[in-house]
Amino acid sequence: MTAQTSSGILPAALRSFSVTSPRKGTATVITYLVLCVIGVLFLAPLLWLILASLNGNATLSASWPHPFTLGNFRQVLTGSTTLQPLLNGLILSGVAGVVTMIAATLAAYPLSRYQMRFKRPFLYIILFATGLPITAIMVPVYGVFVQLNLLDSLVATALFLAATTLPFAIWLMKNFMDAVPMDLEEAAWTDGASSMQALRRIVVPLIVPGASVVGIFTFILTWGNFFVPFILLTSQNHMPASVTIYQFFSQYGEVSYGPLAAYSIIFTAPVVVLYVLVQRTLGGAFNLAGATKG
Amino acid sequence: MAARANAEGRALRPSAAWPAPAAPPPVRPRGRALRPAFSRTLTRLGPLAPAVVLLAVFMAAPIGWAVYASFTNEALTGVGAAGTSFIGFANFTRMFADPSFRQSLILTVVFTVGSGVIGQNVLGLLLALLMRGRNSIFRSVIGTIIVASWVIPEIVAAFVWYAYLNDQGTLNSALHFLHLPHPSWLYVYPMFSVIVANIWRGTAFSMLVYSAAMSSLPTDVMEAASVDGANAWQRLLRVTIPLLKRTIMTNLMLVTLQTLSVFTLIFALTAGGPGTASSTLPIYMYQEAFKFYQLGYGAAMTLVLLVIGAIFSLIYVRVLRVES
Repeated sequence: MTAQTSSGILPAALRSFSVTSPRKGTATVITYLVLCVIGVLFLAPLLWLILASLNGNATLSASWPHPFTLGNFRQVLTGSTTLQPLLNGLILSGVAGVVTMIAATLAAYPLSRYQMRFKRPFLYIILFATGLPITAIMVPVYGVFVQLNLLDSLVATALFLAATTLPFAIWLMKNFMDAVPMDLEEAAWTDGASSMQALRRIVVPLIVPGASVVGIFTFILTWGNFFVPFILLTSQNHMPASVTIYQFFSQYGEVSYGPLAAYSIIFTAPVVVLYVLVQRTLGGAFNLAGATKG
Repeated sequence: MAARANAEGRALRPSAAWPAPAAPPPVRPRGRALRPAFSRTLTRLGPLAPAVVLLAVFMAAPIGWAVYASFTNEALTGVGAAGTSFIGFANFTRMFADPSFRQSLILTVVFTVGSGVIGQNVLGLLLALLMRGRNSIFRSVIGTIIVASWVIPEIVAAFVWYAYLNDQGTLNSALHFLHLPHPSWLYVYPMFSVIVANIWRGTAFSMLVYSAAMSSLPTDVMEAASVDGANAWQRLLRVTIPLLKRTIMTNLMLVTLQTLSVFTLIFALTAGGPGTASSTLPIYMYQEAFKFYQLGYGAAMTLVLLVIGAIFSLIYVRVLRVES
């Protein structure tokens, strides 16, 4: 496929690039074409999810919704079997988010403010732990949960999820705290405030945005997690939506794809909303935030 | 993992993102300096306690338990379940003699190199290069599509690809329509399928890392090379890539760590099958531990996976360094 033949079908705005220099123009057109092809290849699998969710007779192949309906969404939003898993996910990720936020904020303060002998090794361990594959330790975590009789406990599972995101959360919070100028606290101390008062009145208000990012971040990472609840929870009424989606589509044969696609979209929505929220509020250094922790 | 992306994003722009090194120690009012050292240590270390307890109970204890269990015949059924006993290095000798384990090790390398080191990394770099300086609306449309495939939960990504690659799925319908061969992807080419799905899923991460790094590259070098008559290809190989060397290193480490531990995507797409054709180390470990209930053997494999992860993590820590 040459640029000359394909430039005919491109909008005039793109063709105008070739006015400057013919070679550069050709390169530009090829670049746009390559990007378009990659974009279409990336969009193709996703497209099915959206089309199937609106289709009254969805199959596994993407096709225009016929009949077009919102019935799939209505159906999954009214059944209790579909709402309970979302609620369980909310408990797991909510508890994990709040616990991580508090523990990371508390831990980051001394790490950011004081010179301590073990600070550097501690930070190294934290950074090292952010790299450890959580998937790898699920067998021993299961073993420990059996020993401590914690299997099938939502709270214990939430605390484990909190621990998995904690190393990175501490790292992030320390950087936030480092950005809060020291002299504000010093001023408070000179005015007679204790270090705890300074923390509560001066530091906390300034790091609320940072702490909420850590909380939201943990929520995003844990909301989509499948492996951890799949291993550590056993009873069906404790399972979060990530596990139920797997259970639904792995039952070969009689799967109703339309409602399942709608359910997947409802399950995905909070993560997308929170991601956009974090990105919009903080931008810049935080545009890399997302949900890929496995 | 997004988590590391941020650490990376920060490392890329030292001035903007990293705080100034070594905040000066607090100058405390004179009266406070007289407080007993013990109470001061308590106030300073106390806040660390919740985090340390959580990490000790849920991270350190399991790793310790894995070391212990890997030397026992701990199991959920059979002899090991009735009374656990020490069996020395038996799990490890069994592991290295186990052809399925060796196969899973090879598949893990194929998966990590194919989908991570080559796929996501190269495609991410390519996208970052191609998107630079393009029409902003066009760029945000393509960028949104790619980031969307990364932001959605892994299980949804697996479901989407399960539908896409199915016999009755979108891909085969399209191939059928074009009169092209349309094999049962997940059964005939399981490794190829999971590698492509994982490239789709993870490319956004590399793309964002490289875009961030490129936006902070000095433009004058590029202009100078351009004036000196370097063509686009020469500018890429001689200027851009050398300037991005450190970013490429860190990105490769992070992508390797992420890809090494992919479980959900493979498990939901092929469950390691057909047979063991796509069972990478995490999948094989899961099957031994939870399907055949050999916890001791599974723990030994945990240690192998942890050691591999730890090696890459150590390199990553070395590259980043702690500025405190």
